[in-house]
Amino acid sequence: MTATSTAPARLSVRALRSRFGGPFTFDVAAGECVAIHGPSGAGKSVLLRMLADLDPHDGTALLDGLATASMPAPAWRSAVVYQAAEPAWWDDTARAHFAPAAMPAVGTLLPALGLASAVLDTPIERLSTGERQRLALVRSLARGPRVLLLDEPTAALDPDAVARVEALLGEHLGRGLAIVLVTHAEAQARRLAHRILRLEHGRLDAA
Amino acid sequence: MNAIHLDAWDLLAAAGLIVLDAALSLWLRLGVHRQILVAAVRMVAQLTIVGLVLRHVFAGASPAATLAVVVFMVGAAAREVATRPKGRLERWMNYRISAAVVACAGFATVLLALTTAVRPTPWYEPRYAIPLMGIVLGSVLNAASLALDGVLDGVVRERARIEARLALGTPLREAIGPLVRSATRRGMLPVANQMSAAGIITLPGIMTGQLLAGMDPIDAVKYQILLMFLLAGASGLASCGAALLAVRALSDERQRLRTDRLRG
Repeated sequence: MTATSTAPARLSVRALRSRFGGPFTFDVAAGECVAIHGPSGAGKSVLLRMLADLDPHDGTALLDGLATASMPAPAWRSAVVYQAAEPAWWDDTARAHFAPAAMPAVGTLLPALGLASAVLDTPIERLSTGERQRLALVRSLARGPRVLLLDEPTAALDPDAVARVEALLGEHLGRGLAIVLVTHAEAQARRLAHRILRLEHGRLDAA
Repeated sequence: MNAIHLDAWDLLAAAGLIVLDAALSLWLRLGVHRQILVAAVRMVAQLTIVGLVLRHVFAGASPAATLAVVVFMVGAAAREVATRPKGRLERWMNYRISAAVVACAGFATVLLALTTAVRPTPWYEPRYAIPLMGIVLGSVLNAASLALDGVLDGVVRERARIEARLALGTPLREAIGPLVRSATRRGMLPVANQMSAAGIITLPGIMTGQLLAGMDPIDAVKYQILLMFLLAGASGLASCGAALLAVRALSDERQRLRTDRLRG
């Protein structure tokens, strides 16, 4: 169930559980990527949603030693950003989803993912699924999170785009970002992750 | 006022129109004749009972009887508001929200009218308090049920969008703001339309009643204007209240969206 690390924990998860899964206990260090795989319906998204404090749960998660409950929920969620498998958009264009202060970061993230700046002003429904998925990653990274919870972030991407996403994530790991990556792609898990955990029947084990 | 008195024969002549409807239904095979006849009989029975009860309450002018009638009306309106939306909140929250909103919006506007504009003696005079509450509740019912349905239905449709914003650290208030605004707007629009149409497209029911009862047109118009203001105020209070309380029921102290509290 547990997989401990000797590095100081950026994210500590202690007996986190809800009626849909758990208890889960593990640590993720700064700059570490932990991949989680397992069959569909095993509770991988349930785990990520609990980590983002989007669903009610028992147990606790700590960010650099500070428990979820000790900080306001929006502060927790802007530090521990969750990106759903099918990211939703609430405005007509991608640009409307970014604060003006985030635009310089967006300007460097777009080319890194092979996106032209014109995608920012194209109506969202006219973008391809792959463009939307990459823009969602830009949206998540532009918030400057300390932990990124990614649910199948490259499911809709071609091999070239997958390579760009992995390179960008690798670069952010190098700068101390911690990542919990839910993926079906075992090869990707091996390329990006420092540890791989397997989630089955509501239990998390070292793969 | 010199109302023309209606006797049973006058009503019978108009009842001929119900027979005409039934005949049309039979002739064109619409299959609604039975429904129309039953509804007509029901309407006559309901209104007769209401007339008898009101005559009794008006004659007695007792505060307890007035309050009992008003509370019954509020309860009936609240039940209607709670059951109209398809979505149901757990722990009877539809009923609790509806009761709070209908009672607050209804009492606030009617008490305002009774103590400022109408000022009967005593202030709770049933001849004024009961009809005022009736017409205000009609609007409150419409506004509150539209706003409540707007939130309960919209939150399911908009869930992914709202949670995408929450997941990026946006406060719930901001993330759910567009939904609350659109639901509240839905509740307030009917009364705005009603005000714009009043007098040009429709002669409002109350005014028509007062004209038929022999009131001077300008006096009838003044009453109608007063009522429209009351209805607008009550609709605003009811829409805002229903939308905000529904959002409160659908969220928790950690600013999560709790659609698990909603059924079907």
